Amino acid sequence: MIEFSTWDILRNLLLAARWTVVLSLAAFAGGAVVGAAVLFMRTSRLPWLRRAAWAYIELFQCTPLLMQLFLAFFGLALLGVEVPAWAAAGAALVLWTGAFLAEIWRGCVEAVPRGQWEASSSLAMDYVQQMRYVILPQALRIAIAPTVGFSVQVIKGTALTSIIGFVELSKASTMITNATFEPFTVYALTALLYFALCWPLSAASRHLERKIHAPDRH
Amino acid sequence: MAYEFDFAAVFDYTPVLVRGVWVTVELIAFGATMGMAVGIGCAWARTQGPRWLRPPVVAYIELIRNTPFLVQLFFIFFGLPSLGLKLSEMQAACLAMAVNLGAYSAEIVRAGVQATPLGQFEAGASLAMTPLQVFRHVVLRPALQRIWPALSSQIVIVMLGSAVCSQIAAQELTFAANFIQSRNFRAFEVYFVATAVYLLLAVLLRQLLRWLGHWLFARAR
Repeated sequence: MIEFSTWDILRNLLLAARWTVVLSLAAFAGGAVVGAAVLFMRTSRLPWLRRAAWAYIELFQCTPLLMQLFLAFFGLALLGVEVPAWAAAGAALVLWTGAFLAEIWRGCVEAVPRGQWEASSSLAMDYVQQMRYVILPQALRIAIAPTVGFSVQVIKGTALTSIIGFVELSKASTMITNATFEPFTVYALTALLYFALCWPLSAASRHLERKIHAPDRH
Repeated sequence: MAYEFDFAAVFDYTPVLVRGVWVTVELIAFGATMGMAVGIGCAWARTQGPRWLRPPVVAYIELIRNTPFLVQLFFIFFGLPSLGLKLSEMQAACLAMAVNLGAYSAEIVRAGVQATPLGQFEAGASLAMTPLQVFRHVVLRPALQRIWPALSSQIVIVMLGSAVCSQIAAQELTFAANFIQSRNFRAFEVYFVATAVYLLLAVLLRQLLRWLGHWLFARAR
């Protein structure tokens, strides 16, 4: 029988943590693209487009991420293609992240005073120009802190992909537990690794928030 | 080759689904109540509590908010028995939900407490109330009223997160879906129905919390 030292456990967890990082980055990048598209729909002038975006956001915010993963895993398979776990995990996480980012960013766009819309439209700007030159530059500044904060949720969300069989940090910890029979050590180390990934982002988000609100506090 | 959907195969198992929904409701009822209690306690400790109590409370909040619920659940269910604390899957699921919501709601409630005008504390103190009395009778209710929408959406998020409890074999809705799927091999249909049920539960819970908010804070206005 092979003996596992604490270092062996930690080393294997660190190797698996790479996949958590890769999946988080992919989900965040893809989610940002989807989120931006949904944001434009959500703030558009066409009511049916707004309603479609609203339905999309509601649907993904009011159902468990785990169910979305299952549906992606088994639903894509219905199309007759063999779906690897990473593809289903990536697809579900991108759509989920997109819904949340769209809603966060909508809040930021709406925080831009109405007068800015009116002023730019009185300059005969169309919707895209208004967004590009007037609204988004201001909204982006407000959006940075909550967006960084949400990236923590994305990292934690990737833990669920272990359930459909994607081998990342959580899956690796379950596998290592099954080999070492030391659940306490393994899960404590896993939690600490997640903490090491997430806490700097949480702290950065808090710091950015304070920096942005600083001028308001005299 | 086209796939033929067969939702009837799912509804043959309606009693299993209903039992699953009931366990999910039990989990969230317990988790939300205990979680809010923990959250209010921690918010008090962080804002008015004795100085020595603050670091451990902050550590608890930061640790829980920066690790996945799944890992917390596994740690409680698989890890704690080696310290001699053996919990059934339902006890572990309830505890994990309370601990998780406790940390999030602590931060939310704290925001509400810190938005209290200083004059309210002073007014309470001038009526010879102890700090704890001021917190309980003067500060807490308006603070909760201020943050009720944020707290409500956090409770909905935790309810959706309870799907993960199926992984330690707590027999809630997702567990029921997994069970049905293993019997009739209609994975997509089963999870589709379960997702729809979760959506319904989320909408109902949100409405319930809105009513609860109106009822709790109606007299305060």
